Amino acid sequence: MEYFEIAISCIFINNILLAQFLGNCPFLGTSKKMETAVGMSMAVVFVLVMAGVITWCLDTYLLKTLNVEYLRTLSFILVIASLVQFVEMFLKKSIPGLYAGLGIFLPLITTNCAVMGACLLNISNEYSFTKALVSSFAYAVGFGLALILFAGVRERINLGRIPKPLQDTSIGLITAGIIALTFTSFRGMV
Amino acid sequence: MAQSLAKEFTKGLWAELPPFRLVLGLCPVLAVTKTVENGIGMGVATTFVLVFSNLLVSLLRNIIPPKVRIACYIVIIATFVTIVELVMQAYTYPLFLKLGIFIPLIVVNCIVLGRAEAFASKNNPVMAIADGLGIGIGFTLSLAALGAVREFLGAGTITIWGGNPVFAMPESFQAFSFMVEAPGAFVALGLMLACMNLIGSK
Repeated sequence: MEYFEIAISCIFINNILLAQFLGNCPFLGTSKKMETAVGMSMAVVFVLVMAGVITWCLDTYLLKTLNVEYLRTLSFILVIASLVQFVEMFLKKSIPGLYAGLGIFLPLITTNCAVMGACLLNISNEYSFTKALVSSFAYAVGFGLALILFAGVRERINLGRIPKPLQDTSIGLITAGIIALTFTSFRGMV
Repeated sequence: MAQSLAKEFTKGLWAELPPFRLVLGLCPVLAVTKTVENGIGMGVATTFVLVFSNLLVSLLRNIIPPKVRIACYIVIIATFVTIVELVMQAYTYPLFLKLGIFIPLIVVNCIVLGRAEAFASKNNPVMAIADGLGIGIGFTLSLAALGAVREFLGAGTITIWGGNPVFAMPESFQAFSFMVEAPGAFVALGLMLACMNLIGSK
């Protein structure tokens, strides 16, 4: 039940994009077409779960035992960057279909603050291993949900006639605001 | 030389104003601008990292092998972020708590890595500092401006430093609390971007 609560809270209430403001650059950058939005969401689910598990182990077994927590920022970003590189090489060799699908989005994930942010949140919330695993997955699902919803709306917006100063990013941000407003109504759930 | 130095510095203030013109590094822009104070704190921290990582990348630009350059840049940036984190924890603890995980997240702020890759790795250290300072100040001012709009409408106050508002609306002011909530951040930034486009297009 506790795990279910964490999952619901990470997907809807504390949605990583719309409530925590993490990962907004890919949110605006890859949401112009549904295809890219789906690709990005899949890449994030894949990397975030792995990064969440690995950084949790690193923090608990290495940094805390050696008493060097101040190296957290440095070591986390290195782990994430090399993980992304590794995943890229692995997929290219063994699952070329998935690799072609994710394409350019994999390397972009290194600077996606949703990944790093979720890993840091797992640590600051003092989650156990299984809780960290559940919350990483749920954050990634929440990211995908918000991104795909937003891409759907944005595809429709591009068909309409929009005043020139509001075009593109500007109307995108305002739309994101309205979607975020709908997500605030989940607050009473847990 | 002096002229181009001034040009590199001033481009960050309007022509390449980070969050609006480049649309990079939006996460801290949206997340910490509930008050002007948080915005300035975040801006100054980012400026510090930006200037010093630009300087170091520029100094090492002939030594770093091109193949592993991104990894090297990330290590340099992460080092300065750790310094900022420790300094803020020691001297501005309340602000450190308010900014929370967004201080370590300066590492993944695309502006910092973007400047290292696009500018510092190709120019001499003096130019790199000018560029970092210009972009950093532009970033700080944007955060402060967005913070001012949101804090004024959402709470009726303007707080510049130290937690005491320098300006407050009378008691009867009905705060538009939507503005300090999450959705308000997106809408406020979108509308400010539209205003800038309107001014810029004339």
